[in-house]
Amino acid sequence: MSWSTFDTWIVVAGALCAVACALPGCFLVLRRMSMMGDAISHAVLPGLAAAFLLTGSRTSLVMFVGAAIVGVLTAVFTQWISRFGNVDRGAAMGIVFTTMFAVGLIMIVQAADRVDLDPGCVLYGALELTPLDTWRVAGLEFPRVVGVMAVITALNLGVIAILFKELRLSTFDPGLSDTLGFSSQLIHYLLMTMVAVTTVAAFEAVGSIIVIAMLIVPAATALLVTRRLVPMLVIACGAGVLAAAAGHWMAVAVPAWFGADATSSSGMMAVASGLIFALAWLFGPAGGLLAGIFHRPPDGRSITNNET
Amino acid sequence: MRRIDPIRCGCLFALCLIVPALAASGSAEGGAGFHWLDVPLLRNQNTRWVVLSTALLGVASGIIGSFLLLRKRSLMGDALSHATLPGIGIAFGLMVAMGGEGKWLPGLLLGATISGVIGLLVMLAIQRTTRLRDDVSMGLVLSVFFGLGVAVLGVVQRLPNAAGLEDFIYGKPASIVEADFVMTQWLAAVVAVLAVVLFKEFKLLCFDDGFAASQGWPVLALDILLLGMVTAVTVIGLQSVGLILIIAFLITPPAAARFWTNDLLVMMVLSGVIGGISGWLGSAVSALAPRLPAGAVIVVVAAVIFLLSMFLAPRRGVLGRWLRHRRLRRKIGRQHVLRGAYEILEAGHAVPDNRPFSRRELAEKRTWTSRGLERILRRERRTGHLEMLPGSRLRLTEEGFGEAARITRNHRLWEMYLVTHADIAPSHVDRDADMVEHVLEADLVQRLETALRADGVWVPQPRSPHRI
Repeated sequence: MSWSTFDTWIVVAGALCAVACALPGCFLVLRRMSMMGDAISHAVLPGLAAAFLLTGSRTSLVMFVGAAIVGVLTAVFTQWISRFGNVDRGAAMGIVFTTMFAVGLIMIVQAADRVDLDPGCVLYGALELTPLDTWRVAGLEFPRVVGVMAVITALNLGVIAILFKELRLSTFDPGLSDTLGFSSQLIHYLLMTMVAVTTVAAFEAVGSIIVIAMLIVPAATALLVTRRLVPMLVIACGAGVLAAAAGHWMAVAVPAWFGADATSSSGMMAVASGLIFALAWLFGPAGGLLAGIFHRPPDGRSITNNET
Repeated sequence: MRRIDPIRCGCLFALCLIVPALAASGSAEGGAGFHWLDVPLLRNQNTRWVVLSTALLGVASGIIGSFLLLRKRSLMGDALSHATLPGIGIAFGLMVAMGGEGKWLPGLLLGATISGVIGLLVMLAIQRTTRLRDDVSMGLVLSVFFGLGVAVLGVVQRLPNAAGLEDFIYGKPASIVEADFVMTQWLAAVVAVLAVVLFKEFKLLCFDDGFAASQGWPVLALDILLLGMVTAVTVIGLQSVGLILIIAFLITPPAAARFWTNDLLVMMVLSGVIGGISGWLGSAVSALAPRLPAGAVIVVVAAVIFLLSMFLAPRRGVLGRWLRHRRLRRKIGRQHVLRGAYEILEAGHAVPDNRPFSRRELAEKRTWTSRGLERILRRERRTGHLEMLPGSRLRLTEEGFGEAARITRNHRLWEMYLVTHADIAPSHVDRDADMVEHVLEADLVQRLETALRADGVWVPQPRSPHRI
């Protein structure tokens, strides 16, 4: 295949998206809330529809605000239902996001004459088209998506750097965090806001499937490799960037084996992140499957042998 | 061990097949004008299969969802439904490559099932061999498989005749025909019978899988069977309510049913009923009103039932719990006031007599906010335990004085019990006793008395508040 600047920009956009997602994703995985990205990315549909119906404009800022608000609301409703109703958090999440998605779908269909919103576009995104829409800042021309994702990445990095201690504490020991005066509720909602904003910004740019994948898979990969938080964050970002590059290559190369044209890059980036996870799963140093086979801890019989 | 009665199971199975068939075979009186009641009553030819199939699907997923909810794996349906997408795409591609038409439904569903089962096995493998938690394995399978599905669809969608494959994501209930109904009917019957036959095993799996494993039950096989049923429900539901909204069918009815009962069997039946009602009502409404997508309406109906259950269910509902909590809070406030009053009356008097005391004295007994104390006092006056005299003075009525004496004695009984039987220092016992005394019932008081008397401790009965 021939590599062009076009491909470079797609990989850069995907990689920035991967980093922006992997950072909060690590905390989601550690807090057992991995499905939140999936929930939020489905639940923002009514926000998009409402923002459009109220303002009548499809400018990305209005849509962004509408979706981000609904994204945070999803987290709030989930928390309410699971706390006041004593419902398992996974179930609460499922109820909230399916209902919101349904409401959004009804809104879109009801206003089908006026709304030109394709739910499919929201889900799949159009990463391949990103280099066509460019911004020019200080003489440099770059795709708009790359600019947006760079800002989001910087924001997430900044928030995590500033509140690292609080995030770590409330993730591993919410009770201690509360008694020390760092409200774990507040930090929870802050993290949720971060996830919502990242999800919305990223799927407007590159489609939601890549967001759902990059929130979970690199973080899970890193968790198999290390048990420490800072290395986990670094490894997750690295795995995400690698997945973005490999995914785009696969999107172009793999269909060519079957004589087909290139396919969805964001879909393939999710697949690539899954392959990287599989590698870590098989060959990971501590918890890897192969390590488990070759480096078996002494079983019951050898312990009794030693004792006798 | 409960024996499985084949005759009874056969009857249940037959019942599951016959009831919907009977409902379907009711005379279809088309022709003579359209009446809106025809749709929910299944008399309309066009919509009857849709309404029946979605209702049956709701029953089946409600039953299975109960087990998922209790295993805290509600979102498994989410993961599995996304995991079916690559199978659909690949099956379509293969069928076109072999020269077929491509959109042959059984083939697509077979592909969906295969990739759903693969996703399921990967999920279980991750859960069993790594230290990643359930939610991570679900999210991982969901996103990677869905990504693969999107990539595969990206390729096969350029093939001829591929339009409409995305209908699997949003569902197209209007396309349901009699054959789909028959398939759903069999699915619901199989699910219902399996849930009843293996009820004990699934119950054990839900509440204590570690115990089940140690008792020799094939936990992994049961898990695969349970999740296999989820996959079946998901695949069948794909084309009617769609990939995303079938998730709601698996989660919302059981979560709503959970509010009404603590019994798994009742919950399972109730959840099936709620699922059935949402499917029936939702698809009927959508068939009657213009431009309301059925899948979405069904989800909204289920969500409304869930919200109603969450607030109104008597035992576990938000409203019921709040009322009970308020009643307890009021009872505690009343007992504190009465005991405070009694302690004032008995201070410095060998025999307490019921004389007026000032509001300030009472306020100093405990950390009350003045508003809170005022509220309790007003309530006590209304129940006739208390009189308010001029000059912000208070006096207990005869009835109130008796009640105060009883409450104070209960408190002391409990204190003495803690001191003699639980080795709590007399200087600390007041607060500890305070936590329990409000729920003392008459027979417990009697047992306390007996226990204390055996130790030679006797808490004297306060003087009778009225002349005998």
